Amino acid sequence: MADAPARLEEIRAEAQAAIDVAASVAELEDLRVRYLGRKAELTGMLRSIKDLPPEQRGPVGKGGNEVKTALERRLAERIGSLERAELDERLRTDSIDVTLPGDPPPAPGHLHLITETRRAIEDVFLGLGFSVAEGPEVEFDYYNFTALNHPPGHPARMLADTFYLSDDVLLRTHTSPMQVRSMEAQEPPIYLVVPGKAYRRDNDATHTPMFHQVEGLAVDEDITLADLQGVLLEFARAMFGADRRIRLRPHYFPFTEPSVEVDVSCFQCGGTGFLGAARCNLCKGSGWIEILGSGMVDPNVLGFVADNGYDPERVQGFAFGMGIERIAMLRHAVPDLRLLFENDVRFLAQFGS
Amino acid sequence: MRVPVRWLREYCDPETDAAGIGDRLDLTGTELERIERLGVGGREGFVVGKVLSAEQHPDADRLRVCAVDDGSGGEPRTVVCGAPNVAAGQTVAVALPGAVMPDGTKLGEAELRGVRSSGMILAEDELGIGPDHGGTLELDDGLAAGTPLADALPIDDEVLELEVTPNRPDCLSVYGIAREVHAATGAPLGDDPTLVETIATGDDQAEDHVAIEIADPEVCLRYTARVYEDVTVGPSPAWLRQRLTAAGQRPISNIVDISNYVMLECGQPIHTFDLDEVRGARIVVRGAEQGETMTTLDGVERAFDAGMALIGDAEGPTGIGGVMGGQVSEVSDTTTRVLVEAATFVGPNILKTSKALNLRSEASTRFEKQLHPENAMAAQRLTSRLMVELCGARLVPGTIDAYPDPQEPRVVELRMERVLGLLGKAICEDEVVGRLESLGFAVERGDGTLSVTVPYWRDSDVQREADLLEEVARTHGLDKLPVTLPARRRAVGRLTPRQRLRRRLEDALRDRGLHEVVGWSFTSPQKLERARLGDLPTPPLGEHAARVSHVLHLANPLSEDQSVMRPMLLPGLLDAARENRARGAGGLALFESAHVYLASGDLDAPEGSPGGAMPAAEGHHLAALLTQAAPGTWRREPVAADFYAAKGLVEAIGSVSGVALEFARGDQPYLHPGRTAVVSAGEHRLGLVGELHPEVADSWDLDGGAVFEMDFDALAAAAPTVETFSDVTSFPVVRQDIAVVAPADVEAGAVRATVLAAGGDLLADAQVFDVYEGEQVAEGNRSLALRLEFQARDRTLTEAEVNERRGAIESALAELGGRLRG
Repeated sequence: MADAPARLEEIRAEAQAAIDVAASVAELEDLRVRYLGRKAELTGMLRSIKDLPPEQRGPVGKGGNEVKTALERRLAERIGSLERAELDERLRTDSIDVTLPGDPPPAPGHLHLITETRRAIEDVFLGLGFSVAEGPEVEFDYYNFTALNHPPGHPARMLADTFYLSDDVLLRTHTSPMQVRSMEAQEPPIYLVVPGKAYRRDNDATHTPMFHQVEGLAVDEDITLADLQGVLLEFARAMFGADRRIRLRPHYFPFTEPSVEVDVSCFQCGGTGFLGAARCNLCKGSGWIEILGSGMVDPNVLGFVADNGYDPERVQGFAFGMGIERIAMLRHAVPDLRLLFENDVRFLAQFGS
Repeated sequence: MRVPVRWLREYCDPETDAAGIGDRLDLTGTELERIERLGVGGREGFVVGKVLSAEQHPDADRLRVCAVDDGSGGEPRTVVCGAPNVAAGQTVAVALPGAVMPDGTKLGEAELRGVRSSGMILAEDELGIGPDHGGTLELDDGLAAGTPLADALPIDDEVLELEVTPNRPDCLSVYGIAREVHAATGAPLGDDPTLVETIATGDDQAEDHVAIEIADPEVCLRYTARVYEDVTVGPSPAWLRQRLTAAGQRPISNIVDISNYVMLECGQPIHTFDLDEVRGARIVVRGAEQGETMTTLDGVERAFDAGMALIGDAEGPTGIGGVMGGQVSEVSDTTTRVLVEAATFVGPNILKTSKALNLRSEASTRFEKQLHPENAMAAQRLTSRLMVELCGARLVPGTIDAYPDPQEPRVVELRMERVLGLLGKAICEDEVVGRLESLGFAVERGDGTLSVTVPYWRDSDVQREADLLEEVARTHGLDKLPVTLPARRRAVGRLTPRQRLRRRLEDALRDRGLHEVVGWSFTSPQKLERARLGDLPTPPLGEHAARVSHVLHLANPLSEDQSVMRPMLLPGLLDAARENRARGAGGLALFESAHVYLASGDLDAPEGSPGGAMPAAEGHHLAALLTQAAPGTWRREPVAADFYAAKGLVEAIGSVSGVALEFARGDQPYLHPGRTAVVSAGEHRLGLVGELHPEVADSWDLDGGAVFEMDFDALAAAAPTVETFSDVTSFPVVRQDIAVVAPADVEAGAVRATVLAAGGDLLADAQVFDVYEGEQVAEGNRSLALRLEFQARDRTLTEAEVNERRGAIESALAELGGRLRG
């Protein structure tokens, strides 16, 4: 096989010519089989090197592998370029109208405004070191009234028109029953907010028979009315803006003494009572908006749980209660309480993203 | 409470306008609701006039043409007047052209049937100071013509409408409010009008005229009576009529007006009897017998429960004590002998009675707050002065006073250190003493302690140190308190795992496109029936439901529509869906997270604290209703919600909760019988998912829908609070797909469970990813494609191990009637 090197050159030339003119990837794959496959002449030549005289083995082996490598590289280049061309062509024909609307991703829904507001209130008090607790809405008279210093026959029972299920069981008229339930279950100190539903037998433009409240309770050794003012100021600023002020007005609740109502400075007129020359419609010109009722826990209430560490001579504290609907309506300028209970998706979709 | 400002100023005048008084009251605990203007629009143009002549109008039978001297010194003014009683010589109230009337209109000159009238002779109602429209208001003839009318009559006034809290019955009186204004502003307080005693005349004694007995001290603490003779019943003078009108009471006759006036001035309701009609001249205060009846002053015959306070005479009941008198001994125009009752009834008893009879009166709203027995005698003194002055009556000597258990004044200790301790601000002793004294308390100083005597009118409200501290705080000014935060030595705030899970689940549903609704906790039996939930006691779902027997009924619902507590959230979601559809909404995806309620036994309470027990089976549910799984777009039809859409959400809930949920065929009357699954985890039943029964959907005007309702409490109990690591990365997973041909009625769940059981601990997971029914499999069969994942936690699996397991799976499936395909 003295002409082996020459034959290698012929194969290289022939194969390269064929590769260069091949028009498709499939054709190139055929050429790979023909020139580099198991039955190809080049493969055979390389396989039979061992039969050559020793002095020819080197040149033929080296030359053969060079040809093989060159052809493989050439094939790969051609396949790559043909594939790119084929892809370009396919993409050209695969065009769409890019001006049509895109597919909407699954649209998120919305939490109810009451839920969103409840969570916002909870979060303020969590940050102030309060826990969150909930309790039953179908409640014993004992927890709703008696242990909150409304004994049977107490005129304050007239304040809340109550739904009864039996002589002893009612729908709670406030979230306050959890004050006593919590103090029965946990020794002082206690720092707690209680969100939940409450019920009163009332149905008009500003009352719904079911509504939502957040109760607050803090009992410790030395909590003062000034502390109550500080906590509620933080709350008012978190909910209504950093510039808000609050004011306490004396009031009466059977389960707090002293009792106060709490106003926040109007966030629409800045507390001036006026928008330009006109009277502010939100605070009715007073500069203040009532947001909650509050006070120092009445010693009689502590007396009901004195056995659990709430000796009124040793501990004291404050309690407050607010309507979630009212806070939500004020914060979000919702004009009508009814909107919160109509479940109109056009309303629901405005809040709680 | 309506407080006429002129009346108030008679006792305490802080020399500021009504709004200023209202503000001070507002900041000391008596909330100002609004200020109402009463009477004429301005004082100008209203004068005293003298009728010089009153002639018949030439063209109108009912009109007279009067010549009126208005004091201007000029020609008499011509005024056409329609009052039947107008006559020459009368002194009358005249409005001149330009005067602003109570309704805000400006009086002009007018031509009446051809006669020009330049002014108006006024009746009481035209001045807004009383209800009378019968004729001209005749004034005292001593008044000169031209005198400003405002000097003669209270023709303009303002009324403070105050919200008086139930602990302050003393503030349901003008003098009580005057005391508050005094304490709040420091303006001097006029003498207590109840302190003046009237001189009685005659040789007889009240006891000669009537006998009084409290037969039941449980209903009445004190009963006082005075007797008047030679009473002349007639109209009250203008000043009294104006005050009552301003306070919201209709003037009737001097006797009735006096009793109302006394109540409004000192807060003590009194009652007047025609003594000649008190049978047997005897009054007994007693508890009613069950079923006893009487006709009250409002003409209604009422039946009483045992124990209600009744006032009776020798023959039967004559009044409901503290609530309303009876017709039997009502004062009439011909009455000449009057018995005045001023009593102290037991507050809770009055509250119970007026609630039971659904009869609230000015008297009952005061008595129910517990008046002090001292106030009864105070009212007698005030009444006597008016009876003598206004009715020409003779006060018979002696007051009958049935007062079985006289009360001593209450003394309460106040430790000065508690001022700082409770309020967070030190207030000096001199100020504390001054504030208490300005409220009528008597203070005796001790060593760091004040000994405070409570005035009778504050006795029901001020009984403890905390009550005194409130008095100090509110009069000192809450605006002067410092702003501090609690030291909070041992308290930290955080949500519980359960609360966090609730938020995460609500967020998960929100993020998957659902809108949260808030439905009423009430529903109606009819609606439950319509939702096919009427057949309870079938436990609808969940753990707690298994213990219950029936829905909870309200004893006093607002309406039948809201008469029972909802046992499930589903009916509310149906309502919300229907209402939104009616408003034109398209596809809906709604959820609710709220309590549901069922009875768990009888609704009795133990004596004392229930010790944390719950009166009913109340639980938290999470439920959703979908009518659409995906909205339509230009290249996709909307996808209606079916079972699998709802199930996908439940699976998401399981995944968010970390609870492995199981689904088994279920059956509920309100759900599609073939498309309902019970959701559980191990032993615990957690909820239901399914398509609405077509009849239920139809009855809510829906084309259909898929729902789930989950017992959140049970789910939260099953949820792990902390996830534990599992090594799924150190050794490779071997994935194999298999196709299982089995009879079509073999559920995928059964196939998967069989595969998982046979695969044992080496089979980490098996999921159905395709279902095929058709030519390639025999009739009545179907092919399920499952993806198997083999993995060991401690080694790389060998081919032999995987093949062994696969063989076991194949034989297990054969027992189920299935075989591997291909």
